[in-house]
Order: sequence, then C-alpha cells, then structure tokens
Amino acid sequence: MIDWIAIFSNAAQELISPTTAAYALAALGLAIHFGYTGLLNFGQAGFMALGAYGYAISTLSFGFPVWAAVLVGVGASVIFALILGIPTLRLRADYLAIVTIAAAEILRLVFTTNTFDSLTGSASGLQGYKGGFADLNPIPPGSYGFGPFTYNAYDWWIRIVGWTLVVIFALLTWLIIRSPWGRVIKGIREDEDAVRALGKNVYSYKMQSLILGGVYGTLAGMIFVLPRAVVPANYQTSLTFFIYAILLLGGAATILGPIIGSMIFWVLLSFFSGFMARAVEAGWFPFMSQVQAGQLRFILVGIAIMLIVIFRPQGIFGNKKELAFVK
Amino acid sequence: MEPTQSVARRSRGRWLILLGILLSALTLSGIAASPAMAETGSAATEAEEEFEYFFVGNVTFDDKPLRGVQISVEGNGYEAETKTDAEGKWRLGVPEKGEYKLTLDEDTLPEGVVVAEGQNTVTSEFGLTKLKAVNFFLGEGQRVTTDISAQVLIRVINGLNFGLLLALAAIGLSLIFGTTGLSNFAHAEMITFGGLMVLTFGVDLALPIWLAIIIAIVLSGGLGWALDATIWKPLRRRGVALIPLMIVSIGLSLALRYTYQFFYGGSTRQLPGATIPSDIHLGPVTLSWIDVASMATSIVVLLAFAFFLLRTRIGKATRAVSDNPSLAAASGIDVDRVIRIVWVTGGALAGLSGILWAYFRPGVSWDMGFQILLLVFAAVTLGGLGTAFGALVGSIIVGLFIELSTLWLPSDMKYVGALIVLILVLLFRPQGILGRRERIG
Repeated sequence: MIDWIAIFSNAAQELISPTTAAYALAALGLAIHFGYTGLLNFGQAGFMALGAYGYAISTLSFGFPVWAAVLVGVGASVIFALILGIPTLRLRADYLAIVTIAAAEILRLVFTTNTFDSLTGSASGLQGYKGGFADLNPIPPGSYGFGPFTYNAYDWWIRIVGWTLVVIFALLTWLIIRSPWGRVIKGIREDEDAVRALGKNVYSYKMQSLILGGVYGTLAGMIFVLPRAVVPANYQTSLTFFIYAILLLGGAATILGPIIGSMIFWVLLSFFSGFMARAVEAGWFPFMSQVQAGQLRFILVGIAIMLIVIFRPQGIFGNKKELAFVK
Repeated sequence: MEPTQSVARRSRGRWLILLGILLSALTLSGIAASPAMAETGSAATEAEEEFEYFFVGNVTFDDKPLRGVQISVEGNGYEAETKTDAEGKWRLGVPEKGEYKLTLDEDTLPEGVVVAEGQNTVTSEFGLTKLKAVNFFLGEGQRVTTDISAQVLIRVINGLNFGLLLALAAIGLSLIFGTTGLSNFAHAEMITFGGLMVLTFGVDLALPIWLAIIIAIVLSGGLGWALDATIWKPLRRRGVALIPLMIVSIGLSLALRYTYQFFYGGSTRQLPGATIPSDIHLGPVTLSWIDVASMATSIVVLLAFAFFLLRTRIGKATRAVSDNPSLAAASGIDVDRVIRIVWVTGGALAGLSGILWAYFRPGVSWDMGFQILLLVFAAVTLGGLGTAFGALVGSIIVGLFIELSTLWLPSDMKYVGALIVLILVLLFRPQGILGRRERIG
C-alpha cells in the first residue's frame, strides 16, 4: 500500500525549503535579465556557482567572517557579469546565450579540475563552511514547528534567512521596475533602437541589468549551499534550464511568478517523484525500475518547458501583452 | 584485451547515497552521476563492465609481454586490482572520472626486471576520452620519452580526427540556423541518437556493424525529418518567434536526453571494435584502423556534402534560403522543401558524427552528445553562424585547439581553452571567421 501521508508531507516541505527559496531568488534574477530586459542569460548556474564557491572558499581558505564572504561572492559575480557583458551586450541576443552558457561551463570546469584542488576540493567539492552562519543563529537549540514542518534551530535559521532574502529582493525588484530605470529596461526589451533614439545608453542599462540579476543569482547560490555541500556537478547547464522552467512557469515578466513558480515546481516534482518511487515499489508499474522512475520527472520537466512556451508563453501570472520574447 | 583477473571492492556508503537520491529527490544532478551504480553486479567482471572509465596499459620488457604483473588502482574511495594477461595487457575500470593512483607491484615482475626508480606508483587522471593509457617504465634505460615535435604531431592527428567529427554535426547545426534561424539545442540528442542506434542494431540485435551503421544514419535522417514535421514546421506555421523556438529546443533536448537514459540506462557501452589496439605506426604516431576509417569517412562525407552544396540545384537552393529566405521564396524556391532537406541531412550528419564520437571517446552513453554540444556551438560561432564552410573551419580549429592545448593545460581543463577562445573571437570578430558583418545585426 502506498504511504500517501509521506508523499504529501514530503511535497509540502518543499513549499518552504531553502532549495525552493534559492531557486526562487535565482529565477527572480533571471526575470530581471530575461523577463524585463530581454537578455538571454544561460549562465545563471555560473552566477550561483560563484556565490557558493566565493562564500565557501573565502570562509575555508581565508577565514573570512560571514559578511566578508558574502561580499567576496557578490564581487566575483559583478566581475563575471562585466566580463560576459563587455563582448556580447552589443551583439544579437543569441550570442549572449552562447557566451553565457560557455562561461558558466568554464567556471564549472575550473572548479572541477584537480589543478586547484587545494582551493576548490575539485570534483568532491567543499564542506565545513557553515560554522560562521550557524553562530549568527539567534534561535535557541531545539525542535520547533508542527506537522511536516518540524525542524531544528539551524534548519529554521536557513529557511528564515532564505525566505527573508527572497521577500526583500522581490520588493526591491518591484520598486526598481516601477522606477524610471525599470521603464527604460522594459523599453530595451520591446525596442532597443527606439530607446537608443531617446538618447539612452542602452549598452550601459543592459550591463546594469546583467550585474543586478547576476547578484541575485549569486545570493541564491549561497542559500543553495547552506543546507548541503558545495559540489561542482550541481552547477551544470541543466541547473540554468530548470531555473528557466520555473521562470516560464510563473511568468517571465512578473515579480510573484518566479517565487510561486519555484514553489509549484518543487512541490510537484517532489510529489511526482515520491509517488513514482512508491508506486514502482508497490509494483504498479512492473515495466519500470526505481532508477527509471527517478528519470521520468526530468522528461516531464523538458516536456513542460516546451508546452508552456508554445501554449502559455506568459506563464501563470504573466500578462500576454508583456511578453519577454517579442522578436 | 581480456582482463584476466580483477577484484573490485566498494564501500557500502555508495548504496546509501543512491537510496538517498532516489527518495529525497532533491539533488538534481545526483541522478546523472549515480546510474552506473544502479545495477547489481555480483561477479567482479560484470561489475567492471559497468564502469565508464578505464585505465589501460601494456607491460612489456625488451618487447616481450610480461604476464601476471599485478596492477592496482586507488582513489576517490575506490580500489581494485588486476593482473596482466598473456599479452602483457591490463585494464581497470573505475566508477568515476577523477584522479587515481596506479601502482605496479614490483614483486610480481620476473627476476632481473625493475620499475624505473620512483615510477612504480603513477598518479593519473582522465582527459577527453574515457580510456586512459598508463605506462610503467621497466628496466634500466628502458624509459621511452616522446620528444616535443612528435607529441605535437600526435595531438595534431587526434585534433584533426576530433575536429572532422565535430564538423559533421556543426554543418547541420549551422544550416538549420541559416535556413530557419533556430539555435537548436536538441542537436546534441541527434548526435547521441546515431550512437544509440548503432548500439541497438549492432550490439543488441547483433547485425553486422556496417549494416547497423547504415541503418543508424538512415534513422538519424528520419529523426531529423520527424522533428521538423511534428514540432518545428507547425511552430513555424504558428509564427513562433526565434527565442521561444530556442527555448522549446532546450525543453526538447532535456526530454529526449532523459528519455534515452530511461531506455538505455546511465552506463557507457562499447560499440564492436571500439577497443581494438592501435597497430598502425606512422613515425611516432600510432593509430588504430578505427581512427583511420573515421577520418576517411569524415573527409569523404564532407567532400560529398560540399559538392552537394556547390554543384547541385537543391544545394544551391539551400544556400540561397540560408542567405535570404524571402528572396529565395520570391525566386521560386520551395523554402519548406529546402528546410525539410536540411533537417534530414542535418540529422543524418549528426547521427554519423555521433557514431564517430562513440568510437573516438570511446563508448556510447545517453548524454554523449550533450558533452560536445557546446564545442559544436563554439565551432559554428567561430566559423560564422549560418555558413556551412565556416562551420567546417571552426570545427577543425576547435578540434586542433583542444588537443594541442593539452601540451600546456591539464587535460581536465582542455575544454576551457576552447570556450575562452570562443569568447575572445566574439570580442574581436563577432561575425566569425567566414561570416559576414550584417549577420550579427
């Protein structure tokens, strides 16, 4: 018999898990790039990797305090955005796509190589950087919560910090998109030449947008590694594609879209894989092994991306008039 | 290359990790890394066949093979050992890419033979391919070194081989971009498809390999046609813009890739003849018949394709559509037909490229196409998006650069060099080597 309670409670936990928060924040950054400015950034995984490694390396190798480690990660991603943006922001959109995807892979390969093993831990990655963050925890030790949402003090601390960051940056995004700056970048998305004709420096605005969204991705990368270890294999191109799936699901040019999209994505994914794993165990699908059941969800994510883009390009919350891809 | 004896030990921890991945389903990439351990292999030889990465070597002294020499591998939480066979050959599978320590047990050598001082333990790591040759130097003055010019020559030949197989895939990608404007991320899966089909027909159904390869190429062309007919043509009719099309191709790529993994599993399997010894000696270069056949096939197919583009009516029409679809349509060219032909030939070329890639790596796996997708994109961008001959030039540059860069870069970073060159080219000559300025808009 299938343990429905376990499936539902596992799925419900994803609603507020730090991973969901990290993906929501990364998708919010991508919403600035792709949804509002029309930049095809396929290197969000690279920005997240910089956050994770920037934080972990400066804590482990140089003994930096938390605030300095965060600054190192953010600084690294600003430099990364400048390096990406300078050659490509003048070119057509798909060039940025190819360069960002290549740059994110370069970062992953550099973090994976044995050459810098002492710093990056090569393929096995890094751990043991959580002490400084845990020391800041004001919650007294113990177990809190109800039902499926029962966690210890550290787990609550990650969740509170993660979701607070998501809320702060969602508000910030809402404010800047309403501002004159936001109107210019939306104008760039609709018609770059028209904005240029108004005397705006399009190149500079695009660069600011790339840096800002990249910093969101970097902070998301830090939240992402707080409940787990830093492993280079997590920063493959598919990470960027999953964030795109979340963004398109919620709506590319929206504030709530990436956040709710992330929740829906993770709850459904957890529900589906929990159900499939148990159904296979119970012998409901005799033609399928446990491993195959685990792969099925990735097939579904791929199909979902295609269907959303074709049939509901504005996503759940989007406005059809405000489509990221007009051209 | 028969492994005579091999013993594999593995910690229980991996099984727990695998279970954790299945149940918690949180770590996205975990699945990609774990399937090699998914099947139970109680017998040692079976366990070895599941591995994706192999260290191989040949222990000889005075040109005579040494039998029964013990070689052991250790690293990344894994250890195993084997003995050389009657031909002095040995082979050790390891579960993951990484750095391993290989040790030759000096006590098992015949009397009077020693390993060169400090050489009985070698640290080695995998490069582009999943096969890594490890040599131990025996006896006094027995040490064989290749001088730098010979090394360059070897790398150039390898690079050409790799570049030519990249070109087969890149030309299709470039023509699809030229005629439809689509940056097709699912091209990676069209490459993988060729390898998988040879595996199905040549190994599982045990057809002769030449027949399996022909069937695979025909089916790859069929896949190109089917993708165009079921997905891309209807989307063009709907007037979907280029960037959504590109994202659709990303979704398609994910769905197809994991569908392959669903049916073929996560392990790497070898095509017939993929591990034959390299027994053609040309100066310092040793090649196998597979390498020679692979290069010859690429060159013949590329020449035939060039003839098709330059001399035949439909080839000229293809270049016309690639240049300017509206103008081509106005001059009476059936654009839809040309696009269909481009998809079919692009699919067939990608399939062939996948077969050659399966022999070059060597091995067929569900994500083999995705591993070189970025290099194919780099080649196309280097040559100039949308130009067939640019894609050829770009591919050969990428292939040569990757192989030659291992002279000064550690081998696990050789893709980094190629990708950095891609970014630099975009900085200084964004239209690519053979591209024209107006294309970048």
